[in-house]
Amino acid sequence: MSEDKNKNIQDINTPDDKFIHPENKPRTVISPEGEEIHIEPLRDYFLEKRPEVIQPKSDAVEKFLNWARAESIWVLGFGTGCGSIEIPPLMTPRFDAFRYGVQMRPTPRQSSAIIISGYLAIKTLKRVIRVYEQMPSPKYVLALGSCTINGGMYWDSYNTINRLDHYIPVDVYVAGCMPRPEALLAGFVQLKKKIKEGRAEGANEYAEKFDWYKGNQKKIINDWNMPDYNW
Amino acid sequence: MDIINKLLFVLLGLFIILNFGLFMGVSMRKIVARVARRNGVPFYQPWLDLIKLYGTRDQISHGIMFYLGPVFRLSGGVGIFLFMPLIFGSQYFNNFSFAGDLVLILYFQFFGMLGMALGAGEGGHPYSAIGISRGLSQFTTIEVPMTLAVISLGIQYNTLSISEIVAAQQGGFQNWTVFTNPFATAAAMLSLLGAFGHSPFNLVKAPNEIPIGPPTEYHSTFLGVLQTNAAILHVIEAVLFMNLFFGGAVNWFELMLKSFLIYFWSVFVGVVFPRYRIEQSVQWFLKVPLLLGVIAIIIYM
Repeated sequence: MSEDKNKNIQDINTPDDKFIHPENKPRTVISPEGEEIHIEPLRDYFLEKRPEVIQPKSDAVEKFLNWARAESIWVLGFGTGCGSIEIPPLMTPRFDAFRYGVQMRPTPRQSSAIIISGYLAIKTLKRVIRVYEQMPSPKYVLALGSCTINGGMYWDSYNTINRLDHYIPVDVYVAGCMPRPEALLAGFVQLKKKIKEGRAEGANEYAEKFDWYKGNQKKIINDWNMPDYNW
Repeated sequence: MDIINKLLFVLLGLFIILNFGLFMGVSMRKIVARVARRNGVPFYQPWLDLIKLYGTRDQISHGIMFYLGPVFRLSGGVGIFLFMPLIFGSQYFNNFSFAGDLVLILYFQFFGMLGMALGAGEGGHPYSAIGISRGLSQFTTIEVPMTLAVISLGIQYNTLSISEIVAAQQGGFQNWTVFTNPFATAAAMLSLLGAFGHSPFNLVKAPNEIPIGPPTEYHSTFLGVLQTNAAILHVIEAVLFMNLFFGGAVNWFELMLKSFLIYFWSVFVGVVFPRYRIEQSVQWFLKVPLLLGVIAIIIYM
């Protein structure tokens, strides 16, 4: 890896890095046989690579690909807050989102969209960030409910975030408390429209403003026992 | 020039099989959806999914075997295709069928599985490893009745060439293996349920078990290759069963109809019966299907 890509990576060897939980700091332990083992817990979790802006291909190709992406939205099965209870009726006979090309996938690697379905506790935010970073680009975020817009009824809670788009780029907001599955379907239609117009470039935006997003994330997450950069 | 002509026809056959496989997959999803009183995905969905997967912008790799896993899997599927006679009596669509192709095809069935195991193992995700150990143990027991049925056919027709087995079944449906050797057919059709991986034997890849088994770490182009292979493999395995037990096909329409019905057999069972746990399915394959296979061999000894 070239040197310039490395410069923003947190040096996990600095002992006084306040964002790293003590148990994740590198240390040397002695095994029962008396052997010295050097442990760097965070090394096990990440590849040292910043996200990069990937420019879209030529117009015609990108239009074609965007059409396919819009008609085949694979949503990660990840639920936060009360909104996740709206997902099962969405996929089952009553609302049947499969008709719109929306399918659920069980792993972030295979998903192209994530629904943040309601209030986001700080503990969950860490998982959301990690999952978002694991998804392959292009990736889309649907934010469900007023909690993701301004905190909703949790706006003064000590433990939840208020604005989701300070932490990850959001493509479509679906307002309501809680929005019904119809509203979510309308959100998917909006998202499809946005993708087809080529405006859903959240992954590139995240890569461009990476330091700003990371700064916001670090402001609110005190025990940053996740790597500064994972894959 | 002959070989170039032949290659072009092989590629044409592969293209038809791939598209028919995608179509067959989506029609089964529609059928399952109708059983659940949904409308399900549109008919063009698998093509769009493939375009999207191949058009994903970035990928990560976990090493060389991670790359090679889907490649092995695809070469397993395409390998079966290359040696499978498709249309009986056609000089164009017999691919590279030769005297011992049945043995080679049985080998290729396992080859893809092993490549996938190595690749998914290097993915590093614990779910992949669990999925692989489940998949291999289930597939090993699937192979037992299947192999017994094939041996029985070998003894019955005194050949291991698929073309000759198809030729021996011509002249009316009463000559099909399903009527001349019902025990071998029953054993093989039961093991086919496991080979297609629908419920009740879909524990390995079911998204709502440990998500999602061996391909947990596979994404974008890797997953695209795996899905391409799945489409080819489903048709070509149905074609294998059609050739061995249901008299082969003399034109494309017959091939599509018969392979569709054979595939539908596994889906039909799948929507009726709930999922087995892995030890249950292993035991299941080693009881009735194994017994049927042994009987099929004893009869023709």
